[in-house]
Amino acid sequence: MVSARIAQVESILNGVMDPELPFLTITELGMIQGCEMDEEGIVVIKLTPTYSGCPATDAIVDDIKSALQPIESEFRIEVVHAPAWTTDWISPEAREKMRLNGIAPPEGTSADKAFLLGKSQTIPCPRCASDDTRLVSPFGSTACKAHYQCNACAEPFDHFKCF
Amino acid sequence: MAGREYEWILRFGDDALVLAQRLSEWCSHGPAIEEDIALSNIALDLLGQARALLTLAGRREGQGRDEDALAYFRTDREYSNALLVELPNGHFGDTIVKQMLFDQFAVLRYEALANQCVDEELAAIASKALKEVRYHAAHSTQWVVRLGDGTKESHLRVQESLNTLWPYTAELFEDDAVSKACADAEVMPLNASFKEPWSTQLQNILNEAKLLNPESTEFHTGGRTGRHTEHLKSMLAEMQVLPRTYPLAEW
Repeated sequence: MVSARIAQVESILNGVMDPELPFLTITELGMIQGCEMDEEGIVVIKLTPTYSGCPATDAIVDDIKSALQPIESEFRIEVVHAPAWTTDWISPEAREKMRLNGIAPPEGTSADKAFLLGKSQTIPCPRCASDDTRLVSPFGSTACKAHYQCNACAEPFDHFKCF
Repeated sequence: MAGREYEWILRFGDDALVLAQRLSEWCSHGPAIEEDIALSNIALDLLGQARALLTLAGRREGQGRDEDALAYFRTDREYSNALLVELPNGHFGDTIVKQMLFDQFAVLRYEALANQCVDEELAAIASKALKEVRYHAAHSTQWVVRLGDGTKESHLRVQESLNTLWPYTAELFEDDAVSKACADAEVMPLNASFKEPWSTQLQNILNEAKLLNPESTEFHTGGRTGRHTEHLKSMLAEMQVLPRTYPLAEW
């Protein structure tokens, strides 16, 4: 019974899309840290924000609530900060979906810290796959992205920062 | 101890909140679209950190105050941010030098919290924020080098920014009964312990930026105990006007 309820909640969560990346679910982005039943029989959903100030977090909490309300009345969402979210948790399928949607996915693992150490990283163009690209701005359209341009096909594109 | 920890977290949260509010004043006024977005993004990260820290401070205080009560219903005398972060933005060079001075300090403070803090919730917030402030520090530092080692004009301007902001840096490393109690309880090392790594890092940056060390000077202090510059009051007036006019408004 307990596991059936949890499984049902999980399947609903697997259908909640990220408002800024509407082709990806919050599960694919690694934002769900767990889903369990507490002693009082309330389903506790642990959600981790990608960035401390990501304005989408509030929207995601609302989306989870409205998706769950029809089937589950006893639940609560906890925003957890540890362990800190990392792009390493983004699934390979989600990375491929990003590429198909014109966003260059994070390269390597967050432990590389290439940008932080001042090294430039090769970010292949999601359109033409050329490695000849340049960083336009380390800050892009949302907190999680940097702005790049391809020197080969001239297309500007977002890169999901490796974090 | 609980009371002291509340005060300490509040100081930290106020630093982030006040700087976030200042930086957001750049939104739509940046020198270029990329920098406008960068400053707004940094403001947003800091605001997120401030929200988490003020929420935690409210819980540690135990009087039922949430992030909004602490942000909107305290006067300037009750704010405990460092003076550095409340100073007006000035020109872009002033903003970016101030940001670099603060970012390099914030990295050290969050590193210590993420690795050593006995308060698990505070350590969790820090481990998340650390990634963000490292990115900010890389950005602001790169700009200081670019402007310092740039044209004659940009060099002169940021040297002047550095000289003007310098008297506000010593406050970051001051300790008092609050920070000493927190150090004793292993929540946080003394602020003074960050002075040496910060100075070393700053020296490397100034060398690379071809900037001169500011002359030793009298330092300004008082922010931690609510004695602020005249600039904080007007900034808070703007930030707080809506929830004070309509206390239960939701938007």
